[in-house]
Amino acid sequence: MDRIREFIAETGWPRIIIALFLLSLFLATPAARVRLDSSISDTLIRFGMNGVLVLAMVPMIQSGCGLNFGLPLGIVAGLLGGVITIEIGLSGFVAFLAAIAFATPFAVVFGWGYGRLLNRVKGSEMMIATYVGFSSVAFMCMMWLLLPFKSPNMIWGYGGTGLRTTISVEGYYLWVLNDFLALRIGEDLRVPVGMFLFFALMCLLVWSFFRTKTGTALTAVGSNPEYARASGIDVDRMRTISVILSTWLGAVGILVYQQSFGFIQLYMGPFYMAFPAVAAILIGGASVHKADIPNVLVGTFLFQGILTMTPSVMNSLIQTDMSEVIRIVVSNGMILYALTRKTRRAS
Amino acid sequence: MKNPRFTRAGAAAFLMDNAVPLLFVLISAVAIPFSGFSAVYLIQELLVRLARNSFLVLALLVPIMAGMGLNFGMTLGAMAGEIGLLFVINHHITGVHGVALAMLLSVPLSALVGWLTGIVLNKAKGREMVTSFILAFFANGIYQLMVLYGMGSIIPVGNPALVLSRGYGIRNAVNLVEIRQALDNLILVRLGPFSIPLVTVLVITGMCLFILLFRRTKLGQDMRAVGGDMAIAEAAGIDVERTRTLSIVISTVLAGIGMIVYLQNVGTLNTYNSHEQVGMFSIAALLVGGASVSRAGIANVFLGVCLFHLMFIISPTAGKNLIGSAMLGEYFRVFISYGVISVALVLYALRRQRGRAGASPGETAGGGES
Repeated sequence: MDRIREFIAETGWPRIIIALFLLSLFLATPAARVRLDSSISDTLIRFGMNGVLVLAMVPMIQSGCGLNFGLPLGIVAGLLGGVITIEIGLSGFVAFLAAIAFATPFAVVFGWGYGRLLNRVKGSEMMIATYVGFSSVAFMCMMWLLLPFKSPNMIWGYGGTGLRTTISVEGYYLWVLNDFLALRIGEDLRVPVGMFLFFALMCLLVWSFFRTKTGTALTAVGSNPEYARASGIDVDRMRTISVILSTWLGAVGILVYQQSFGFIQLYMGPFYMAFPAVAAILIGGASVHKADIPNVLVGTFLFQGILTMTPSVMNSLIQTDMSEVIRIVVSNGMILYALTRKTRRAS
Repeated sequence: MKNPRFTRAGAAAFLMDNAVPLLFVLISAVAIPFSGFSAVYLIQELLVRLARNSFLVLALLVPIMAGMGLNFGMTLGAMAGEIGLLFVINHHITGVHGVALAMLLSVPLSALVGWLTGIVLNKAKGREMVTSFILAFFANGIYQLMVLYGMGSIIPVGNPALVLSRGYGIRNAVNLVEIRQALDNLILVRLGPFSIPLVTVLVITGMCLFILLFRRTKLGQDMRAVGGDMAIAEAAGIDVERTRTLSIVISTVLAGIGMIVYLQNVGTLNTYNSHEQVGMFSIAALLVGGASVSRAGIANVFLGVCLFHLMFIISPTAGKNLIGSAMLGEYFRVFISYGVISVALVLYALRRQRGRAGASPGETAGGGES
């Protein structure tokens, strides 16, 4: 009994409820006449699609900058990388790598500025991050109209100026990761091994970064800034590094997302993209001050699992598509739970 | 944390303090000639928007007084107002009676959600804003659950004009023709080329008086003490949590009533978007008026509504005439709305940090993060 109680206390009620809910959705598939294999396949694909975006939360949480509501800034860098690649006209795996390469300088510069800003507003990072994200998306809305892109696949048809709201990546880097080493088990069950490998590579990168000297210093800053300063760590520099890393991961994350989704979504597309990622890592067991790779994996799987399963299963069970409402309540409820919990910190 | 500004306002300090409104005046001054609107048209439009939006923006003042920052949770009050209106429309209660009844109905509902908001925000001291921001999203989910799935199935709705063709759930856009401008047109004063909705103006004036008087009451004083320093207020025997909750309850109730004032003027209810927009625009307007996260007055409300909505009116046409794209003007406006909120939040955080660093350098890092 005590062990159960301990487990519940450690995992937290919301997480248990969400996990049980997802489990019941999977169990209900036969009753709902939804194919289990295609459901699992969809869940896996969405898990891979969103994984890196969720991973982008980790560095900033670890360095004490809080939840990265400014993720759209990184996404914007990724979008720039994507449209530049299409403008040049690269295709295949090279295009994907090129998009990352083009996005990197933007991500570093944006992240640097964003990090500098967050250093000056310690204690109010999250609210300001949210609005940095919103403002950058709104600013880029103007830029998408004004930037001198020429590729006919991207600009509004016949004599129009400015980029379209959605741009297909077909013929450029569509499914380069999804199809790489893709595994087919039976009729409908596909495992996007290539995408998982890439996600694993990113996780490994972040994991090993946190084991370097800089990475350890960064964690120290997050868990106790006073102590870190006393032991000679440049707190602001560490925080800036974490923000740059988060922003870059956001840029890479959106490119992974695009190659699977098939479209680049410009204008207001990235506006709310931070919230699902924030919710996912919190569902995975992270708090406002602490996050690691298992949190990312568990959280992304649970959250994306629910997003995939609710429309199909609920729809056929109760003939109503309530998935949107469930998404809103679950994700924001989870963020609220994390924000209102008493934060236990070593002082 | 007393604000030492305004004690001696040099020209530079004045510029710094009023950077945002001055910037807006500048942008408007440049953009108005390009928009090609006449002065009469602009003034009439501004009068309409002042009557429409001021009440909502006024609702934000009380929590700022209590040191809880911008109440993004005003959206919850707006939802309560919408539910009040839906009830009135459902029962075909028309005209000014409908408006009054909707307001009356919204009050207990917004008081309840305001009270719940207060409880949640008391658990998130130091990060009230981001919490109320997320709470607004969360509440939107609950609202959808209730209005899109509950109404017509669990909650009876008799009026077929309200219900979606599938048999339950409220339509996306509800026509408020039965109560449209019932409050505004009750006494419409013509003043030269302008028409002024006298009753609405009186309601707003009453609201301003209420806020002015409220500051002098015991509760108002308590709120300012709590807003100044929670620990000192607690030591002085003020029930801090209760005071904070009450400030949110008042704000939410006012937001509910304000939403009805707003919607009776607009004439259509976008069942699932109206409240979201209203929260964000009201906050932007208040900040454009020169308010900060910790200090806002009635003057900020009216100045802000004027400047913010002036840009609303002129930016699409100005954008079109200036660069040949109405979309660009529209995006510019969106950018400015978010940009202004960002700048205000950053300025507040800078000041807070400076104040904290000055007071006790050791506390800077150990305290709560938000």
